Amino acid sequence: MEKKVNIMVVDDEEIVRASLTSWLEEDGYRVEAVESGRKALERLPEREWDLMLVDLKMPGMDGIQLMDEVHKTAPEMLVIIMTAYATVDTAVKAMKKGAYDYFVKPFNPDDISLTIRKIVDHHKLVRENLFLRKELKKRYNLRDMISKNEKMLEIFDLARTVAKSGSTVLIQGESGTGKELLARAIHDESPRMDAPFITVSCASLTESLLESELFGHEKGAFTGATVLNRGKLELAKDGTLFLDEIGDISLKLQMDLLRVLEEREFRRVGGSELIPINSRIIAATNRDLTAAIAEERFRADLYYRLNVISIHIPPLRERREDIPLLVDHFIEKFNIEMGKEIRGISEGAVRILMSNDWPGNARELRNVIERAVVVAKGNIVTEADISLPSVPPGADHRTKSLEEIEKAHIWMVLNENQWNIVRSALALGIDRVTLYNKIKKFGLKKERVAPKE
Amino acid sequence: MDPGILQWLRKEMGDCLMATVQTMPSIPVPPESFEARRNQYYSTKILKEMLGDVPQDALKLLGVTDEDLCIPILTYVFGEAQVGGTAAVVSLARLRQEHYGLTPDRPLLLERLRKESLHELGHTFGLIHCPLRECVMYLSNTVVDVDTRGGDFCRGCRTVVASKTGTERRG
Repeated sequence: MEKKVNIMVVDDEEIVRASLTSWLEEDGYRVEAVESGRKALERLPEREWDLMLVDLKMPGMDGIQLMDEVHKTAPEMLVIIMTAYATVDTAVKAMKKGAYDYFVKPFNPDDISLTIRKIVDHHKLVRENLFLRKELKKRYNLRDMISKNEKMLEIFDLARTVAKSGSTVLIQGESGTGKELLARAIHDESPRMDAPFITVSCASLTESLLESELFGHEKGAFTGATVLNRGKLELAKDGTLFLDEIGDISLKLQMDLLRVLEEREFRRVGGSELIPINSRIIAATNRDLTAAIAEERFRADLYYRLNVISIHIPPLRERREDIPLLVDHFIEKFNIEMGKEIRGISEGAVRILMSNDWPGNARELRNVIERAVVVAKGNIVTEADISLPSVPPGADHRTKSLEEIEKAHIWMVLNENQWNIVRSALALGIDRVTLYNKIKKFGLKKERVAPKE
Repeated sequence: MDPGILQWLRKEMGDCLMATVQTMPSIPVPPESFEARRNQYYSTKILKEMLGDVPQDALKLLGVTDEDLCIPILTYVFGEAQVGGTAAVVSLARLRQEHYGLTPDRPLLLERLRKESLHELGHTFGLIHCPLRECVMYLSNTVVDVDTRGGDFCRGCRTVVASKTGTERRG
């Protein structure tokens, strides 16, 4: 059943209150009429008002003062100011102060009923929009991840299913695609959600440090090991252990890890006690592990052990339809974090974001939006607020050949030297003519945004 | 007031509402309802006056006047009714083509009067405005609205009217 529209009439004249009330009630609205601003403010919290019809001239608080008061607590409230003595000044003042409309008494019935209909329709749309947004979020969300890309939605579904089990998961995808977010989401959706989620960043540690980090060590296990230290495997007890950048660990550690995964128990460094592990392992990498296996940099048996459930997150450039969705999401997030009130983004700015390749994926997009929210002057993010990192042509993830690296390097040096040929040539250790030839050969141009392929 | 119009309306209302309709002798429009500044009559005051004249066996009382009607907050009304009450009043003034500088059109005037009378009587049966344009209870603020909306109650509104007349008759 449709919600009844609630209208509050505020007028000190009894005859106006009575006639307006009965006329609006004929139209099916729920009307309350009060005689003063003070009474109106008292009644305000009683229900969700859709519209207020307020007389301009009233003893005590006048209509505009009342509107100001109302807007302090209900900034979205639509107020129509009514007056018997129309002057351009008061009309302008009322509208400037935020009145939705301004009516001279007596009203033309057609005008007022059209205006109210319009407001009611607008309210309906706003409510419908809110409802649909909520529905959309439900459908397109997995915890902190958001997408409407079909592949991603399949991944969300898979993650929800996988979460219920304790199986090992291998997440692959480029940097910034949200591998850790997905791992966290799997943890949060799982029965282990109340147990710890422990991250180990494998690439950032040396082999021996990583070993100690993972397995812990006994007191006196090595120089400096003055106290017993529990490793991340132990800390993740009953929870989830997230091994980030697993493709970067040494062959020896791969071997140790394989043993742990197979036997489901381990010893601390320098210890003899066997400690059982109960945690679920989620590993992630931005490397191509099958290629690493072929090059004998990664153990095939560990790969198969980790790859029980395999999830590959597509890069952002393969799901551009997510860019606007992510932009809204990030704006909302940074609004809260920074106490800003950015309401959206201009079409031009979206066009720039949509045409970028995002080698750093969603993380890079998030950083760009964070900056935009900081520098935005109005309540809309515009093209001027968008600053894309200067990406040299061909210097992204797909860079393969020496020639491409050369091209990218020259482009970078040129930009660093504001395209001053002498300085750039000097920095590159080549002469000017060679540099000119290279610029010509690679078709390099002075551009704000990196040229697309 | 043209007695021919009243006779015609009596028959029409009888047919539409499936009720016995009688005409009463004319009464003057109460002078206190006159709004000199606007040269119009305040319809709510007319309704009040009419309520003192409701015959005992009458379920509803419909007033028809040539005068232009208004309420304090609106520049004009075609008619007014007590929602769920007894009395309703309609004005012929703005239903006439002459009001808009056009040639008189009696059949059109009668059709508008029939629709407005049914609309205001509908309010006395407790009906509010209907969202269906084909229903006579659809809101109309202009004669164009009156002309384009339907001439009878929609099924939903008709059910309400029928239930009210039935109940009242049994009582």
